[in-house]
Amino acid sequence: MEEKGTLRVKTGLAEMLKGGVIMDVTTPEQARIAEEAGAVAVMALERVPADIRAEGGVARMADPTIIEAIIASATIPVMAKARIGHFVEAQILEALGVDYVDESEVLTPADEKNHIDKWRFNVPFICGAINLGEALRRIGEGAAMIRTKGEAGTGNVVEAVRHMRTINEEIKRLTVTPAEELMRTAKEMGAPYDLVCWVAENGKLPVVNFSAGGLATPADAALMMQLGADGVFVGSGIFKSEDPLARANAIVQATTHFDDPAILAEVSRGLGKAMAGLDICEIDKENLIQFRGW
Amino acid sequence: MADLCEKRIGVLAMQGAVREHMRMLEGLGASALAVKYPDQLEECHGLIIPGGESTTIGKLMARHGFLEPLRRRILEGMPVFGTCAGMIVLARDLVEGDQPLLGLMHIKVRRNAYGRQVDSFEDRLEIEGIGSREPFTGIFIRAPWIEEVGPGVQVLSRHQGRIVMAREGNMLVAAFHPELTDDRRIHHYFLGMVEGNGTERLS
Repeated sequence: MEEKGTLRVKTGLAEMLKGGVIMDVTTPEQARIAEEAGAVAVMALERVPADIRAEGGVARMADPTIIEAIIASATIPVMAKARIGHFVEAQILEALGVDYVDESEVLTPADEKNHIDKWRFNVPFICGAINLGEALRRIGEGAAMIRTKGEAGTGNVVEAVRHMRTINEEIKRLTVTPAEELMRTAKEMGAPYDLVCWVAENGKLPVVNFSAGGLATPADAALMMQLGADGVFVGSGIFKSEDPLARANAIVQATTHFDDPAILAEVSRGLGKAMAGLDICEIDKENLIQFRGW
Repeated sequence: MADLCEKRIGVLAMQGAVREHMRMLEGLGASALAVKYPDQLEECHGLIIPGGESTTIGKLMARHGFLEPLRRRILEGMPVFGTCAGMIVLARDLVEGDQPLLGLMHIKVRRNAYGRQVDSFEDRLEIEGIGSREPFTGIFIRAPWIEEVGPGVQVLSRHQGRIVMAREGNMLVAAFHPELTDDRRIHHYFLGMVEGNGTERLS
């Protein structure tokens, strides 16, 4: 008897994406460039985060026409974003046949208190996190893949580094926390107790953890891989740069050979201008995307 | 399989489920090596091409000079096991698409044959030759299937009539992911192929 939508099937796709690059695309043409460059998946969007940041207004799920056109033009998996807590957008994305739903802080949240109950869906979900407690809350709600949030649309990797280091540090600390302190730790983190115990015992997250938010160069991708990411998302960084195909190619190779500086030097050469970046301290606190969701 | 510890099995580490295969191999007492450079192929008695995105794995293999040396090693007799994307990379023919391929095994493969991720599934399979007749849990993720096989290809498993596992000489392929389970029988079977095959030039 065939069983669909099992946890193993949901987390399994994320396992297959490991060591790969997932790229934001807004047109079928960009999706083809991403696939040609060796992306393991694409994120179908109406606007990349840098434009959402610049234009303001409410950012919602993309028009189904765009998502369908991208699905039709790519043979690799297609992800798409739903607003935090907007389970109807998620239902629509599942009906369209997207391969992963990103419940994303990059869009304007639809519910300030609750995230989507992801166990109800056959389509797997990925969610952002800035620390271990947030990652485990999302996994508790049924997320099958986690990504550190970073600060999307800035081309500045500093927040992605902060979040990856925080999560890894908290995991390490849990592995040496005495058993009798795990309940208090779970309370303080606001994370499900059974997941806290699982992490304490296994010394890792129970699902794949990618890095996202602000990556713009091959060196950024390799940095996040060396810090322990299972793979990387590059959003605005590719199609806001001068030569997207060359940059996408280089980031794919840098992600595979993240620990080989000779190859990193080779692929970092002559890529043209990277996207213009934003310093995080130039952004007002209320405009920081990473603090959307909890 | 007394000398398994002396056998080094490579896992092609371009992208995908590399560490799951390594964990399986190590659990069976073999030594596992993540293969990132073509010259490492000379150190391997067998190679697993893991699941992942076949377009990505194929392109990275081409860019980093893997296609010719790996083809040569397989033609020399080195046993190779491809799961999912690995099966696509080994196939001589695809129903559609023109990605870089090793193109060695006489099978014709359809990518994403079952549909999209919401159609991914697990099911129990009967597999020939892996010792016991106990069903094997096949995890199919955006999986391919084999549409046609050449005369020298032995079909080892079918799911609802579709060929999902096969062997041709030193090449073994599966459309599903044994590395995502705790069932080691298929990896054990592959290590048996390594024991019995083309290893003399290395020792």
